Amino acid sequence: MGDVLKKVPVREQDPKVRAANFEEVCLGYNQEEAMEEASRCINCKNAKCIQGCPVSINIPGFIKEVKEGNIEEAYKVIGQASALPAICGRVCPQESQCEGQCIRGIKGEPVSIGKLERFVADYALEHDIKPIGAEKMNGHKVAVIGSGPAGLTCAGDLAKLGYEVTVFEALHELGGVLVYGIPEFRLPKQKVVSKEIEKVKELGVKFETNVVIGKSTTIDQLIEDEGFEAVFIGSGAGLPKFMGIPGENANGVFSANEYLTRSNLMKAFDDSYDTPISAGTKVAVVGGGNVAMDAARTALRLGAEVHIVYRRSEEELPARVEEVHHAKEEGIIFDLLTNPKEIHVDDKGNVTGVTVIKMELGEPDASGRRRPVEVPGSEYTIDVDTVIMSLGTSPNPLISSTTEGLEINKWKCIVADEDNGKTSKEGVYAGGDAVTGAATVILAMGAGKAAAKGIDEYLRDK
Amino acid sequence: MYKILKAEKLADKIYLMDVEAPRVAKHCEPGQFVIVKMDDKGERIPLTICDYDREAGTITIVFQEVGASTVKMSALKAGDTFRDFVGPLGCASEFVEEDLESLKNKKMLFVAGGVGAAPVYPQVKWLHEHGIEADVVLGAKTKDMVILEKELDAVAGNLYVTTDDGSYGRSGMVTAVVEDLVQNEGKKYDVCVAIGPMIMMKFVCLLTKKLEIPTIVSMNPIMVDGTGMCGACRLQVGDEIKFACVDGPEFDGHLVDFDQAMKRSQTYKTAEGRAMLKLQEGDTHHGGCGHCGGDN
Repeated sequence: MGDVLKKVPVREQDPKVRAANFEEVCLGYNQEEAMEEASRCINCKNAKCIQGCPVSINIPGFIKEVKEGNIEEAYKVIGQASALPAICGRVCPQESQCEGQCIRGIKGEPVSIGKLERFVADYALEHDIKPIGAEKMNGHKVAVIGSGPAGLTCAGDLAKLGYEVTVFEALHELGGVLVYGIPEFRLPKQKVVSKEIEKVKELGVKFETNVVIGKSTTIDQLIEDEGFEAVFIGSGAGLPKFMGIPGENANGVFSANEYLTRSNLMKAFDDSYDTPISAGTKVAVVGGGNVAMDAARTALRLGAEVHIVYRRSEEELPARVEEVHHAKEEGIIFDLLTNPKEIHVDDKGNVTGVTVIKMELGEPDASGRRRPVEVPGSEYTIDVDTVIMSLGTSPNPLISSTTEGLEINKWKCIVADEDNGKTSKEGVYAGGDAVTGAATVILAMGAGKAAAKGIDEYLRDK
Repeated sequence: MYKILKAEKLADKIYLMDVEAPRVAKHCEPGQFVIVKMDDKGERIPLTICDYDREAGTITIVFQEVGASTVKMSALKAGDTFRDFVGPLGCASEFVEEDLESLKNKKMLFVAGGVGAAPVYPQVKWLHEHGIEADVVLGAKTKDMVILEKELDAVAGNLYVTTDDGSYGRSGMVTAVVEDLVQNEGKKYDVCVAIGPMIMMKFVCLLTKKLEIPTIVSMNPIMVDGTGMCGACRLQVGDEIKFACVDGPEFDGHLVDFDQAMKRSQTYKTAEGRAMLKLQEGDTHHGGCGHCGGDN
């Protein structure tokens, strides 16, 4: 028995080894380690961890089963609330959710809830434990737009209730950000994402790839011509932002979305695939979120020296603590309180460097964070051949602009009720990043879940 | 999977295919494009829609061998399939939305360079079907590179064919023909639509600016997803950055920064060259020279 105040450590790939491969960094618990970690849970009566979970998993309930070695039972408990536990156990920011609320965290380290969830889900994938589907179909058809975390969750929940669900996906692979955004070394595609989606298929959900709603067909046509009685929009926030500084269209300046899509979805890091990637030898990644960490660690694995250029200080980095820690271990250089002013370009159109300016933190702004302000005269130039812009994304207007009567706000986000996903258009529901702007996987799942409940209530009352 | 119903060689390195894609065929309009992906390991390639049959649910694409992927694609036969075929993407040509009566009063000129004849064809055909006869300049390097002449002739008002080497039709670049038509043959045009290699579109625009003819071009930058999520296809158009896949592919040619666009299209030149070598040399290519990224 280790120190009860501390988490049972999780096995990871050595930083020096993993910096040169795309294999998963965190190796996860084995059953013995999981049972030991589970025994640290004190099974609170009014468990705060459940309140911290956006989909309210019965955390003490599943951990109790793990403690006793009943892993299949633990999977069933999680399955009541979450359709994608192998994914959430890996990518949720637990420190600000379930684990942030854990009583154990007051005196020592909280229970490692994410790693336990991951262990249970991986066990279910390895042992091919089936999810529990509907007893009979209810004869109603629902369309889901987008196969990211929101759409998959909504589709899975509706299928469990007996609905005939079809998911429409614009890309050629299912999973949304889980396949094009989050890299292999954090979330394996074959081993985890596609198997987890198989479980949604086992519930009877149908999938159609290569359908761009707003172009290949529209929501109105799905309702009028194809007999769908309700629609859930989970199309995400995939439109990248650029800074608008000189030189931004040079060869070697990429949006993080492009860089990650080439590497993750198109497998450009693997020579046997046809899509190229211009990896760069010295790379500046602009931004401090999870996407910036993913892009930086991808560039590092493709052989580059990588700098994170972020305008605030380490304390404000929006990325998960674990990812920042992993990035540092692997040798990513953090240029904090620094902001790009101009990208330099040679006569062939290639990037040769980026001029940045030092920043200092001023008064708190509307978001409560201290506003970064430029330090006059502190400009200097970093020699780089690649710049990756990771400044956040906003919803693509393709769906809102082609659907009659769908209200959007000034950020082009779809306006939807938080409790049930209801939009301004009858029978049309929405959730995830399409509504909130770029957020987290688990919040998208929570919204997909709420909308499934909303759609069920709507169609039962109709 | 999307079945190829017809595969035909139109000219040296230029191929035409009819592909079964009912959702695309039902909704596409002239000016739009598709993205195809051959197999599991293939890349996503944007191709303009050359023709469509809503009843049969088919789309006609025309492509030219320019690199490893299109060379592999040219080997596909009727009965083979594309793993992925997505569309229609981009915006339809502006005239599709325009009032027909005012459109009928406009004199339109289309300039097609090389494989650019393929995206020009559905536009001229659409106009023909709506009672508008547009003039077309069809240019190619040599006689055997001229494509879709018969098809265009059937739907165009006047068709002017030209070859760079004078081996067929008029002689010289498409720009020489346009200049000749306007300055020596008394033709007046209200709109010019130019589609072809970027360098050709650039020079047509320089000319039509001088001739004061508003000009629309169809841009063909590097694309990945084609749905607006990555910005690989971004262009400087006037003061704005535009994504060709969602804001275009057609833009006001007098506002497009062609020099920047042409530089951007060179981003993967080295990688494309390597892929081509690998394909040509097959198993005999193992690298080792230290320059080509081969295994040791």
